[in-house]
Amino acid sequence: MIINHPILGPRDSAEFTYMGDSALLDRPDWKATDALAQFIDYGYLRDNPAGPHQELWYHEQGDRSFLVVTRDTTTHEISSVKLARDVARSRGRST
Amino acid sequence: MRYSGLRVIKEALTGHKGWKHAWRDVEPQVQYDYIVIGGGGHGLATAYYLARNHGAKKIAVLEKGWVGGGNIGRNTTIVRSNYLLDGNEPFYEHSLKLWEGLEQDINYNAMISQRGILNLVHSDAQRDAFVRRGNAMILNGADADLLSTETIQKRYPFLNVNNARFPIKGGLAQHRGGTVRHDAVAWGYARAADQLGVDIIQNCEVTGFRIESGKCLGVETSRGYIAGGKVASCVAGSSGRLMAKANMRLPIESHVLQAFVSEGLKPVLPGVITFGAGHFYCSQSDKGGLVFGGDLDGYNSYAQRGNLPVVEDVCEGAMAIFPMLGRVRLLRMWGGIMDMSMDGSPIIDHTHIKNLYFNGGWCYGGFKATPASGWCYAHLLATDTPHEFAKAYRFDRFEKGQMIDEKGMGNNPQLH
Ligand SMILES: Cc1cc2nc3c(=O)[nH]c(=O)nc-3n(C[C@H](O)[C@H](O)[C@H](O)COP(=O)(O)OP(=O)(O)OC[C@H]3O[C@@H](n4cnc5c(N)ncnc54)[C@H](O)[C@@H]3O)c2cc1C
Repeated sequence: MIINHPILGPRDSAEFTYMGDSALLDRPDWKATDALAQFIDYGYLRDNPAGPHQELWYHEQGDRSFLVVTRDTTTHEISSVKLARDVARSRGRST
Repeated sequence: MRYSGLRVIKEALTGHKGWKHAWRDVEPQVQYDYIVIGGGGHGLATAYYLARNHGAKKIAVLEKGWVGGGNIGRNTTIVRSNYLLDGNEPFYEHSLKLWEGLEQDINYNAMISQRGILNLVHSDAQRDAFVRRGNAMILNGADADLLSTETIQKRYPFLNVNNARFPIKGGLAQHRGGTVRHDAVAWGYARAADQLGVDIIQNCEVTGFRIESGKCLGVETSRGYIAGGKVASCVAGSSGRLMAKANMRLPIESHVLQAFVSEGLKPVLPGVITFGAGHFYCSQSDKGGLVFGGDLDGYNSYAQRGNLPVVEDVCEGAMAIFPMLGRVRLLRMWGGIMDMSMDGSPIIDHTHIKNLYFNGGWCYGGFKATPASGWCYAHLLATDTPHEFAKAYRFDRFEKGQMIDEKGMGNNPQLH
């Protein structure tokens, strides 16, 4: 698989470490009253869809950036690659 | 019809005209007491033990494709019970004992071959860990044997014990481990279940559940609605996809694992060898092909095929430890979808929906579990209480912090 890195261009997926569903960007608020339930969900339950999946890839053998890759789990086709930083910011997770 | 040596001779003399289909091809009935979804090894074994151990009637196995088309027909056929943790070891040892008597039980030649399995050791720390594991196995009634480098060299003279990065410093052997012909297991259980009246319905995909007021009433299928008393999901790598139809999220990710077979060779490998440090394990089939594999590709997939970097990694592992394989040609390779759980251990439990049960999370090690999985799942379905060997395999172990994590990897499915 080739991942089209937004900064570095097309890179071999073997340079990356897969980090799972990009929902992991949305760490629950530890101060919420139902924080425990939310963290169990966050830590252990997954959508695991057959079809488009937004997932985190870490460019460990490259520039060390985290990417959010949208990839079809039934064909391995990649339809979009973004910097995780930008995605997190657009969700108000980071400044 | 019982299979026997005499029968083979008789059929040989009469032109093989007397053989019957191994199981009936039936139309689904409108209602069953038990609907098992998934005609892989675990589903068929569940149906068989429901009928045999619990005298259950009106059982159907619904399979979306054909019997043996899933992971039961894609794995590398290794059976063993070399686990460390209390939640696992009694279960897998029960499974190995069931394998030992399976062929007589189901009257089917599954080519069970206890040729032994050897896990190689390369460092002091690894030896300590394996000694501990071996002791845990012995405490649970399994067999374990710590081998010296000399013994290993004598038995497997072709191994490169002086590999610069991973010199072989011994190994943990389980002599009762070995291999079993995987599709024969599916066919044998299917035939035995059919003879006890189980309906095995192929080309019947479950497309949804009918759930009313928190109770599962039956399943929608590609061949119409089928009502069920108890509905038992048993679809391995498709677990996430199927349970989403009941609005359930699981502690599971689906990942692809590849396997490989070489051209046929004369007998060279007397047993199963795992070179965990180099992501490589291997056995030789009775036909002569070397059957081998390595790690997961390492990303969510339902595609039943993997990518080339893993092929390279596995072959490098092979060359590091078995330099004699350098000229062997690869014959076939394929992938299967693994239901990788958050702690690397399976789930056999009821769900929060009444009459809906779940069996899955087998990771890359569910073939060896086939008999015990069927045995314990049937027990749960028939009695509504977990079997004593499977009582740790519950959904709530994650929230209770009672993970069964053999490798201590944490909640990262691809690392188990
Ligand atoms: C390459 C590879 C190597 C492996 N090596 C080993 C090994 O050496 N030792 C070991 O112990 N384990 C091994 N495994 C793991 C083992 O094969 C699996 O854990 C085990 O087979 C899973 O259980 P099963 O046989 O019931 O699964 P499957 O055979 O996959 O059965 C599930 C069935 O459910 C059906 N299904 C799915 N969705 C639906 C639906 N909606 N409706 C109806 N039916 C449906 C599928 O078609 C399939 O037939 C390996 C797996 C792979 C892929």
